[in-house]
Amino acid sequence: MAEITYRDALNQALAEEMDRDESVFLLGEEVAEYDGAYKVSRGLLERFGERRVVDTPISELGFTGLAVGAAMVGLRPVVEFMTFNFSLLALDQVINNAAKMGSMSGGQVTSPIVLRGPSGAAFQLGSQHSQSCEAWYLHTPGLKVVAPGTPADAKGLLKTAIRDNDPVVVMESELLYNLKGEVPEGEEFLIPLGVADLKREGGDVSIITHGQMIHVALRAAEQLAKKGVEADVLDLRSLRPLDVESILESVGKTNRAVCLEEGWSYGGVGSQVVSVLMEEAFDDLDAPVLRVTQADVPMPYNKKLEAWSKPSVSRLVEACEKVCYV
Amino acid sequence: MLQRSSVEQELEREGSVNKPTMTTKTSALSKEELIELLKQMLLYRRFEEKAGESYAIGKIGGFCHLHIGQEAVAAGCITPLKKDDYVIGTYREHTQALAKGVPPEAVMAELYGKAAGTSGGLGGSMHIFGTDVGFMGGHGIVGGQLAVALGIAWGIHYRGGDQVCVCFLGDAAVNQGAFHESLNMAAIWNLPVIYAVENNDFGMGTKFSRVSKTAMSQKSASHGVPARVIDGQNVMSTYADFGEVVEEVRKGAGPQFVDVQCYRFKGHSMSDPVSGTYRSKKEVEDKTENADPIKILCDHMFDSGLLSPEELQEMDGEAREVVKRAAEFAEAAPEPDIKSLYENVYSEANPNGRLFFDGRVI
Ligand SMILES: Cc1ncc(C[n+]2csc(CCOP(=O)(O)OP(=O)(O)O)c2C)c(N)n1
Ligand SMILES: [Mg+2]
Repeated sequence: MAEITYRDALNQALAEEMDRDESVFLLGEEVAEYDGAYKVSRGLLERFGERRVVDTPISELGFTGLAVGAAMVGLRPVVEFMTFNFSLLALDQVINNAAKMGSMSGGQVTSPIVLRGPSGAAFQLGSQHSQSCEAWYLHTPGLKVVAPGTPADAKGLLKTAIRDNDPVVVMESELLYNLKGEVPEGEEFLIPLGVADLKREGGDVSIITHGQMIHVALRAAEQLAKKGVEADVLDLRSLRPLDVESILESVGKTNRAVCLEEGWSYGGVGSQVVSVLMEEAFDDLDAPVLRVTQADVPMPYNKKLEAWSKPSVSRLVEACEKVCYV
Repeated sequence: MLQRSSVEQELEREGSVNKPTMTTKTSALSKEELIELLKQMLLYRRFEEKAGESYAIGKIGGFCHLHIGQEAVAAGCITPLKKDDYVIGTYREHTQALAKGVPPEAVMAELYGKAAGTSGGLGGSMHIFGTDVGFMGGHGIVGGQLAVALGIAWGIHYRGGDQVCVCFLGDAAVNQGAFHESLNMAAIWNLPVIYAVENNDFGMGTKFSRVSKTAMSQKSASHGVPARVIDGQNVMSTYADFGEVVEEVRKGAGPQFVDVQCYRFKGHSMSDPVSGTYRSKKEVEDKTENADPIKILCDHMFDSGLLSPEELQEMDGEAREVVKRAAEFAEAAPEPDIKSLYENVYSEANPNGRLFFDGRVI
């Protein structure tokens, strides 16, 4: 297995799928000549030409609509949002069109579109550029949402997303692009949507998380282990479809859970997980499920306040100890 | 009003930036006016240089977009305004805030993320606000400020005031739907708003001609908003021409669209390359050498005997001193308190119900 960065894993996924299927094309701001704002599409213009790697104007609503229409006539567009903050300008096309097209047309058309780019905070980018956008999309039937946290998951999930016949939102993270990890080779390395991955096995508490936050969870788990608390770190990977089975299995074993996510708490990913646990695992629980999220404020610019606002290892450790009553 | 073919516009663009043109309007400017413009631009240049240095050593973080090379736009377009006129801009707005009268210490403190900053250190480089002097903010979403400007102009119109609202945007922002929606509404309601494109010819690494089939000056035509092309490197032209637009709007001429042609000497942000596949090193060197707005003004003033090298040095020394003091102030200012995070999310605490759900106790 080769060790490559998260960025290169995404790049490989794009290149392989474009190679495999002529109907796949990539469009977005700065994706071609500039190689992408975060260099995910490096070299793709050279390899596939400007017919299939398309620099767009700064017109998010327009080029996302283009993707919806192109999908209606059989193409498989991959839209890159420079960051998901800017995808909010395209929400109308995603929510009112892409997500509805299948049912609205009685199944006459599908929307095999991938909407991808970095989501969440990086460092000191301020309130308009530091948003975790999962919840905006999760809420909507018709959309699928994945959030890979490792290079292997990035490649496997993006490839599957491109082959999927529904609109799939792929949320990456600026903080992960340089992360290295082993990635299986081969064109058929695919990770199915709706399958969580137990990134660490423990027996005392389940940390249920996704995306960039799995690394916070793994660090917290190490600290907890030193104190004699062994945590399961369940990486949801896919937020919709949600692998309810794996959540129930882990919590059935540990009887305690903490949901960790990068975004705001109200109506977040954890809200749904907690709801599932209440409905389907009430008898398994030995403690109320806790959640660790971003502070409930627009992300501040100031470095210290930003660090304080993000969910941290120490907050997570504290929450895990609380549900374990230690 | 200029309405020309795109080819003519392109040619005009090529020619105008490097060769400043003197017109009767610019020759009529007084020595005092020119000195004021020069002092302003020196301040902006030194301020942005300092911001760049502080960024390099980690005192400023995040995205930081400098205005170096485009100082004449801030000086030329904002100096003609009155205190109660409004300006709203993008994330490349430090100098525009200074031009509208936001104190340099407060802007620098914001860049340093300090409590004494314009947004208490919570906004940062892209979000400088100074509403007390009519600076209605730096906005980070491309095109996000365009409709907001419309609302500000609506407010003026609603109250029957004679102020104007100047809305700066980058060349790349005209491709957002919000641009067309805003121009149309500004036109049908005859609102006192000036959309001033800081046309530096690039949106990050994309040259304008790659994302537009028509010239900038044609963008407003279908909405019935008059367009004008202004030299944004020769501050004398910028000031004289833009001042004229401002006065027309004040008298009720309705919305205007101004293509202020300029050039960015640095990378898009502190983390982007100055040149590369999108523009050659030579092009940047050529512009820096021949189209520096400060140099253009100084050369004119030297030639006309309005300025001596010693006077220039003295003014520059003053600008450096102001910036030095701003940086010292920012450096020494305290960090914001964690409580401040929750203070302005809502304008007041609600007597009933819960507003915050993070469960954090401070
Ligand atoms: C809606 C949106 N899309 C993309 C971006 C990322 N972005 C920031 S600035 C920029 C280029 C804008 O260029 P231009 O409008 O010409 O302004 P300039 O930076 O040249 O002053 C881009 C693509 C953004 N901030 N907002
Ligand atoms: Mg530009």
